[in-house]
Amino acid sequence: MFDAWLTTRSCGAILSYTVNYQDRLDRTFAALGDPTRRAILARLERKDGASISELAQPFAIKLPAVMKHLDVLDDAGLVTRSKSGRTVTVRLRSQPMREAMEWLRRYEHFWSGSLDRLAAYAERKDAEARRRGR
Amino acid sequence: MTSLTLVRRIKARPDVVFEAVTTAEGIAHWWGPDAGPVLLSESDPRVGGRYRVRFRILDNTEHESSGEFLEIMRPGRVVMSWCWKGGLEDPGESRIEITLRAVPEGTELTLTHSRLHDEETRSGHEKGWTGALDKLEAHFAGGAYA
Repeated sequence: MFDAWLTTRSCGAILSYTVNYQDRLDRTFAALGDPTRRAILARLERKDGASISELAQPFAIKLPAVMKHLDVLDDAGLVTRSKSGRTVTVRLRSQPMREAMEWLRRYEHFWSGSLDRLAAYAERKDAEARRRGR
Repeated sequence: MTSLTLVRRIKARPDVVFEAVTTAEGIAHWWGPDAGPVLLSESDPRVGGRYRVRFRILDNTEHESSGEFLEIMRPGRVVMSWCWKGGLEDPGESRIEITLRAVPEGTELTLTHSRLHDEETRSGHEKGWTGALDKLEAHFAGGAYA
């Protein structure tokens, strides 16, 4: 995972990709920072492809408010909406979520390796200090 | 949370761990995801002071991260910013918070790495990330504890 990530460095053409990537991450995290939107996503995960009125049903909020939440989710690329006749069907898109998870995984990899070495080093220093009778 | 949190128990006293975490000599011994060497380590561990670390990983690529010490409370807590040189891997600035708590066997270290941008975003939103993000956190729950 770390390797895949690091291959993006030193390649100028990648810069715009990473900036967009950063932008997308920001939008994903911002979109996920709301309980109603998370509930909508959770529902779509249980059953993909729902109409807007189906999605609105469990919430004590009006349809326009649900539409606004869907706009935010749509901007973040977390859902897609497709219209057929008078019905709009909302579906889940997993790509942004995957990117958010990758961000976490990269740093998880970095830190779990680093902290292993930190622990070993600190334990050695502590043992040395104790032997010297500090 | 949009952040990553790891907890480790270390058989060393908090002041020893604190030195290892914040000094140039300490950082040179552990910074980096694998057994690759730290090539350069500079650190000025006081509020407003900076650190800089260059390291090589086992695929032979070199990387440099640097940042500023934002908070220091010896030996219990240190907060620092993080930026990659060149910024291509992750152009954003992030924040590392490390707390050290004395426990019978030594120190419990809690590290939280979060994106600075999220901190700003979060203040405008309801606190706490549940549901969708619980899944992300559950993903790490297996390997996050030493």
